[in-house]
Amino acid sequence: MSNIPAELKYTKEHEWVKIEGGIAIVGITDHAQAELGDIVFVEMPAVGASLSQHGDFGVVESVKTVSSLYSPLSGAVSAVNEALNSASELVNKDPYGAGWIIKIQGFDAQELNALLSAEQYKKEIGE
Amino acid sequence: MEKLIFEYSRKGRKAHTLPVAPPVKFGLPARKSLCLPEVSEIDVARHYTGLSRQNYGIDSGFYPLGSCTMKYNPKINEQIAALADFTGAHPAENPRALLKILYDTERMLCQIFGYARFTLQPAAGAHGEFTGLLLIRAYHLDRGGVKRLKILVPDAAHGTNPASCALAGFQSVTIKSLSGGGVDLEDLKQHLDDNVAGLMLTNPNTLGLFEKNILEIAELVHQAGGLLYYDGANANATMGIARPADMGFDVCHLNLHKTFSAPHGGGGPGSGPVGVVEKLAPYLPRPVIDRRDDKYFLNDNLPKSIGKVHSFYGNVGVILKAYAYLKIQGSSGLKRASELAVLNANYIKARLQDAYDFPYPQVCQHEFVISAKNFKKQHGVTALDIAKRLMDYGYHPPTVYFPLIVSECLMIEPTETESKESLDAFCEALLKIAEEIKTAPELVKSAPHNAIVGRPDEVKAVKEPDLNYFQTG
Amino acid sequence: MAYFPHTETDIEAMLQTIGLKSIAELFAAVPEKLRSVKIPEFAPVSELELLAEIDEIRRAPENSEHSFLGAGRYDHYIPAIVPQLAGRSEFYTAYTPYQPEISQGTLTAIYEFQSMICALTGLDIANASLYDGATALAEAIGMAVSVTGRREYIVANPLHPNYREVLKTHLMPRSITEQKEITPRTAAVIFVLPDYHGLLSDWIEYLQKARMHGALFIACADPLLLSVIEPPQADIIAGEAQSLGLPQNFGGPALGYLTARKEFLRQMPGRIVGRTEDNRGGRPFVLTMQTREQHIRREKATSNICSNEALCALQAAIYMSYMGADGLQTVARLCKANTDYAKQKLGSLPGFSAEQGEHFRDFVLRCPSSAQEICNAAGAGMALDDRRLLLSVTEKNTPAQIDYLAGVLAKWKN
Repeated sequence: MSNIPAELKYTKEHEWVKIEGGIAIVGITDHAQAELGDIVFVEMPAVGASLSQHGDFGVVESVKTVSSLYSPLSGAVSAVNEALNSASELVNKDPYGAGWIIKIQGFDAQELNALLSAEQYKKEIGE
Repeated sequence: MEKLIFEYSRKGRKAHTLPVAPPVKFGLPARKSLCLPEVSEIDVARHYTGLSRQNYGIDSGFYPLGSCTMKYNPKINEQIAALADFTGAHPAENPRALLKILYDTERMLCQIFGYARFTLQPAAGAHGEFTGLLLIRAYHLDRGGVKRLKILVPDAAHGTNPASCALAGFQSVTIKSLSGGGVDLEDLKQHLDDNVAGLMLTNPNTLGLFEKNILEIAELVHQAGGLLYYDGANANATMGIARPADMGFDVCHLNLHKTFSAPHGGGGPGSGPVGVVEKLAPYLPRPVIDRRDDKYFLNDNLPKSIGKVHSFYGNVGVILKAYAYLKIQGSSGLKRASELAVLNANYIKARLQDAYDFPYPQVCQHEFVISAKNFKKQHGVTALDIAKRLMDYGYHPPTVYFPLIVSECLMIEPTETESKESLDAFCEALLKIAEEIKTAPELVKSAPHNAIVGRPDEVKAVKEPDLNYFQTG
Repeated sequence: MAYFPHTETDIEAMLQTIGLKSIAELFAAVPEKLRSVKIPEFAPVSELELLAEIDEIRRAPENSEHSFLGAGRYDHYIPAIVPQLAGRSEFYTAYTPYQPEISQGTLTAIYEFQSMICALTGLDIANASLYDGATALAEAIGMAVSVTGRREYIVANPLHPNYREVLKTHLMPRSITEQKEITPRTAAVIFVLPDYHGLLSDWIEYLQKARMHGALFIACADPLLLSVIEPPQADIIAGEAQSLGLPQNFGGPALGYLTARKEFLRQMPGRIVGRTEDNRGGRPFVLTMQTREQHIRREKATSNICSNEALCALQAAIYMSYMGADGLQTVARLCKANTDYAKQKLGSLPGFSAEQGEHFRDFVLRCPSSAQEICNAAGAGMALDDRRLLLSVTEKNTPAQIDYLAGVLAKWKN
């Protein structure tokens, strides 16, 4: 059973989002990191890039697979997790904490309603 | 393990016997230092012989790699390709013998697969895919079809298909498979519109099943104005049985290093000829080999050609091997090859029926898939573990984790050149492994035990790349 | 018909195990309409007959010899050991080394090839090979496009016209185009060494211009030449390595190579071998960085190469090991000495002149009359246009052969 924090929102493509002081923090779920295995590279967008909800914003790579990242919200990238450039394993070790991937600002809070709750995500992945 | 050639090096040692060169000027700054091994001839001989012993080829044993068609590579092929007139021919010469052989090879391929012409230029299967897609593009552009930029690719396709689409300037759109295997016609219909350039299909598909709706699929795609592309990776099941051109495929690539017994060379050189129906012939890469009276010549005069795809005429040395094979087999031998390839695959499948899970239980063509999903669930043993354990029994493992639509997939293709005894021994090994999975799963999970190296740490290989001896060795 | 070990008894027993009555039943899924097509036939021949047939077509009088040809494929000396070791069937009958535990032979040899080709170009990383020089150059430009996000390239000096056309075929579909001027839109500046006419010239001006505009500098260089001159300070060096121990093969198989600075590792196409550790203290080699490759990237791929020229890379590795730095440099100097001699000898014939500058193997001879006629009559070289003949020599050409050609040309009357 993977860890699915109740307070977060999720996408079907296994991203999570957390709202903190008007900023959305985005990463991939514990389930996703376990399925991918050892993550060796995270390709992130440039700060300032504009994202659309469910649009493609980067990729995570394990030794043998590449998986696209989809944005849970529209908005502008306000920060990327530079630490992942040298320590991509943080996504495996702490997917909801130090392994966050990007921060988004200027999003429409309405869009949160279209995302999955922890319960719904749990069902989605069949746990 | 054999050490590296660099570790044999001793200052002042040399192997070559060249004459001393006179002093010359290059008009550019002279090389300050160049570090290459300093070894004697016996070092080179022992080292590379040592390395060859750490390899597993078809001559070493059974090689049931799905979708790779690892059939025996006849020795006569090598002898003919190594003839000095052929290896020594310069591309600016007009050697009649070679041109005739290339021309005859093209004619034989046209007959077996039903096409008007083949180009022999592409140097590998993926290169053939790219070339074939460019032909489709040129055909549509010539008819004003500028919007036709979509290529439909089934989810069971080789991963190279969508990559080739991207490089040829197309957008690939995935078409779903039915749960019993085969293209989902309803899904296909939904994607057919004015923007479709074509459909890429492998037949038999990567599950080893013949696409039984192929005639209907072809009709639908053609009605929508699209063309059909045949990925010939699995052509070893069709020779003399059913021709891709008759199935409705307008373009087709073959892998001479699979179907036509040219060796794989540890990853190349290959050869990926592309066949086309008459209406696509004007777009073929320049030059094509033509014949007038009894003269063979390289014809560059193709105003609608997509251009050149190789510096010269492709991997001629590989084409020569396929030529020898085609001649010795004749059309009847090719048909027999396909029949026995399919017989061999079904025989293994039948023998393993009770011990393994077959997601597609019907009669297969030249290959089939096994799913280790239940082994993983019940015993924690994966497809990869089974593959590695097979090495302990002296076999090259099957293809694993492909196609992507089958979980914990093992894909087995025995080819026609294996005898019943060889298949029986392989089945015995797999049956034993099925027992081991239940009684001693750890033994399987930690395999291989007899290989010269253990399972490599692939994460370390990516995170701390060591790709060059002189920088990290 | 050959290579089938099945006896009739075997086939019957196998069908019985499967539960079918005939081989035809195996193809029940193939529509009858397809199975009933009459496929044209051609008869099988025995090995004996095939050899006789090939012997006969080889002996036809039209197979006349033509010499002093180069321009992309060269008749170099190949030490006996090279084909003999590369001809070991454990190497040539193996598949791509996806299973490292039983493929250390191929993997180690490719790692050695990568290391040695990098030693020659002075760059950090290499891949396991590409189809040929032209497609290697196309891949190099593709890398520059990925790195810079720009879609134009320029070619600084004469490039083989076939290469130019291959670049166009491979890059146009992605709207990557050749331009004449270096601008801030240029992704790559290509410098050819030696150029199509064998001329050796300095690249520094183009290197500086590329740097100034933020473009990558790509050298398309012959690796044999790089054994004797300082390699360009390029971002990528790629091209044809047929000169490293491979026969001409009527143009293929040959050996495309690609080397680059290490910061471009993620943009490098093709297979790459790396060294790592196993779970019992060994240091095996594996195919690595596989997520760059087409079968994983799928529609996001920027290259689709799978099969490359691994066996040719092995041959080049054996050749470089056998030759060492001294051997390669000797071959390069012998080629240069023969080029100098041929230029001097042929260029001083009445009515003929050799193009100025330092040339390596290929050089241009200006002719007093139709170059094509001279080429046909002498059975030498390749006509570039009406008055220019492209000739080529290697370490295999003796002064006597060059003198003989000079004798033929001296008697030329138009």
